[in-house]
Amino acid sequence: MSAFWERLRALLVKEFKQLWRDDSSLMIGIAVPIILIFLMGYGISMDVKRVPTAVVMEDASPTVEDMLSFMQGSEYFEPYYAPSMKEAVALMDGRTVDAIVRVPSDFTESLYQKRAKVQIILYGVDASNASIMRGYLEGALSNWLVQNQYKFLGSGAGLGAVTVVSRMWFNDANTSAWYFIPGLIVLIITISGVFLTAMVMAKEWERGTLEALFVTPVKVLEILLSKMVPYFCVAMVGFALCVVASQLLFDVPMHGSFVVILLCTMLYLLVALGVGLMISSMTKNQFLASQLALVLSMMPTMMLSGFLFDLRSVPLVVKIVGYALPPTYYMQLLKTLFLAGNNWELIIRNCSILVLYAVFFIGMAFRVTKKRVG
Amino acid sequence: MTGKNVIISKNICKSFIDKRSKKEIVALENINIAIPHGRLTALVGPDGAGKTTFIRMVCGLLVPSCGSLEVLGMDVLAEPQAVQDRISYMPQQFGLYEDLTVMENMVLYADLHNVPPGERQARFAKLLHMTGLAQFTERLAGKLSGGMKQKLGLACTLVRAPELLVLDEPTVGVDPLSRRELWEILQQLVKDDELTVLVSTAYMDEADLCSKVIIFNEGKLLAEDTPENLRGYLHPPKGVAFTGVRSLPDKFVIEVRNLVRKFGDFVAVDDVSFRVREGEIFGLLGPNGAGKTTTFRMLCGLLPASSGYLAVAGLDLRTARTQARANIGYVAQKFSLYPTLTVDENMNFYGGVYGLDDERLRERMTAVKEQFNLAELSDKEAGELPGGYKQRLSMAVALLHEPRIIFLDEPTSGIDPVARRNFWKQITALAAEGKTIIITTHFMEEAEYCDRIMIQDQGRMLALGTPKEIREQAGVASDDMNEAFIAIVEKSRGEKEV
Repeated sequence: MSAFWERLRALLVKEFKQLWRDDSSLMIGIAVPIILIFLMGYGISMDVKRVPTAVVMEDASPTVEDMLSFMQGSEYFEPYYAPSMKEAVALMDGRTVDAIVRVPSDFTESLYQKRAKVQIILYGVDASNASIMRGYLEGALSNWLVQNQYKFLGSGAGLGAVTVVSRMWFNDANTSAWYFIPGLIVLIITISGVFLTAMVMAKEWERGTLEALFVTPVKVLEILLSKMVPYFCVAMVGFALCVVASQLLFDVPMHGSFVVILLCTMLYLLVALGVGLMISSMTKNQFLASQLALVLSMMPTMMLSGFLFDLRSVPLVVKIVGYALPPTYYMQLLKTLFLAGNNWELIIRNCSILVLYAVFFIGMAFRVTKKRVG
Repeated sequence: MTGKNVIISKNICKSFIDKRSKKEIVALENINIAIPHGRLTALVGPDGAGKTTFIRMVCGLLVPSCGSLEVLGMDVLAEPQAVQDRISYMPQQFGLYEDLTVMENMVLYADLHNVPPGERQARFAKLLHMTGLAQFTERLAGKLSGGMKQKLGLACTLVRAPELLVLDEPTVGVDPLSRRELWEILQQLVKDDELTVLVSTAYMDEADLCSKVIIFNEGKLLAEDTPENLRGYLHPPKGVAFTGVRSLPDKFVIEVRNLVRKFGDFVAVDDVSFRVREGEIFGLLGPNGAGKTTTFRMLCGLLPASSGYLAVAGLDLRTARTQARANIGYVAQKFSLYPTLTVDENMNFYGGVYGLDDERLRERMTAVKEQFNLAELSDKEAGELPGGYKQRLSMAVALLHEPRIIFLDEPTSGIDPVARRNFWKQITALAAEGKTIIITTHFMEEAEYCDRIMIQDQGRMLALGTPKEIREQAGVASDDMNEAFIAIVEKSRGEKEV
């Protein structure tokens, strides 16, 4: 047994030295997470701001002016006042504005008859932006209506008849970051666990260094452990960076227990390391390994795990694929633990699934890594 | 123990399935050999002969398709780990970690072989002294020269005394000086420690230094005997070398004056001047890193010179690179045609690239196919041709546009001796037609085929002249070009150090 520890120690020392000397590994392991944190935290925002909006007031009464006053000084709108619909359409065609709000000439009058209408035209090419803008405008207009309806409908009358739909759009500007940070952790663990590990292992196959190692008393277990431990540490550093950023920079709430988050992360990391080692031993080639790692693990993590698109709203086939992939379960765990709290039923179910995946992939890595070449 | 066989191979064979064509490729056929204890045994053969396959099987890294293989009295198939615990192996790429230092590599292998700390100091000191690496222990392995890497690789296999040392082509890509030093170390080890060593090599001359030689060719065992009894195989009679010096007109097609190429601070080619006559076979010789390839690339117009004058076919390469290129044919070291296109398709493509019209292309294709015996292979995919034929196809394609000057970069590395001789026959025939041939090679005996050679080392031109003049300059009595080469390089390096 002491020979085992002696060899494992030697391999680990070697692995950490290489890791420290190879700038590209440190780049991927440490610098990429930092860049991603800033990119995702500050760069990507699902909130749409400063929407250029053409305003056509065919009815220029004080009531209408009051109704549209929300646009003044708002960080969500940038109004362009157009004398008529024709100019407004020209502004839309010229891509100066993304939305047109048209108040018809009989607006104030019809308000008292409860049949007032406001026309909203949106630039629909970017569908998700358009629906967000619609939400903004509808929200602002109905907000005004709720506050002012007593003037036109008589005090107290019919207040209950008006349905107020409350919307998220005017919510805290940090919503996007809150939503992205858990996803970012999944992505970073996947990059370090799968991509980096697959690359360094494939490099050893490619350079022939494994061939030399094989003809020594070294066992496959020792070789695989010596690859798992260092990249486990690298991934945990990436994880720590994300957690620190989530708390200090983005104030992401952590409703669940940090210990549970940590344990789930380690569990998913084992799955990722298993996948990475399996890919590298199957391809034995850095280029192929990196492509496979990209296509089989990073892309699904981005697109199918519920990071960018909610799995409940995607087509059935995509949903099935999504639920067949390990990151989906880890993503659910993280989002719930950060934003909702300790949902033990979900924690136990998803962790059990991740344990099965970890056993499967690490088992596969051992199966395909043989002390043989070719 | 002497007299006992360390490796016994009975009816060993190995075949692979080619992934693309789904065809079975036979790498080794029916190999019956025995390798004796306490001796130096060489496994000789050209590339693709099955040397590496056999060596990997001995190390338990490949499973034979049939037959039985016994190493150190154990069945490798049944207990590969038991064999791996007792032997040492250096793969072709040396198996070094380039981002670890010399000492760190040695410590790693010592740890993996569970060498007790008490034994290390004396052993390491001995190995470092033997390999001449004592002053480089803190240098990263990646920053060592090819010869030093090879010696470090050897030192790593010897961190403990193995019962069998297996080296796969340790001298490939290493300059003649380092090659000789390595063989001296090996011979010493066998003599002093009665170490059993199996070495594979593509250099026939290296086999002379062993007590037993095994020759493989195309997966078959060709011969197994002492080097004395295998003279005929190891040193095939020279078939087509020139007798005497040809008289060539004093018409120069290549003119190089004070050529310099720098990469940053590193001077790859240092003030080189020479001229090549029309119809001459001009050889560029030198160890790895001598600047051969850099010189060569500048001549072909693939790389601009840092300074100096360079004219090819009377055209200054700085101002008329494109016109100059129309006069040259270039055969790269690696097979650079399209493997999935047929012989004809490759020719059609390159003919188009050179701008030949249909009629002329057809004419030229018939001519070159006849010249290189490729007519029957017109519809074969280039990737499926055997090595020697790939070589011929590359030549044929390079000659399509009837260039006046042909550049060949290491054309004979990786092809078997018979194909090499045929190749030189064709080269001499081309030269007789008046074509100028510029060729690089690391086979020193091939220098004899050249009209004149230039020897380069560390960027500088050390010698220029006919092979006879070079031997005289070196002051070696024998007609061995290798000796002459080593003498010239050693002399120049010695002068530099003084």
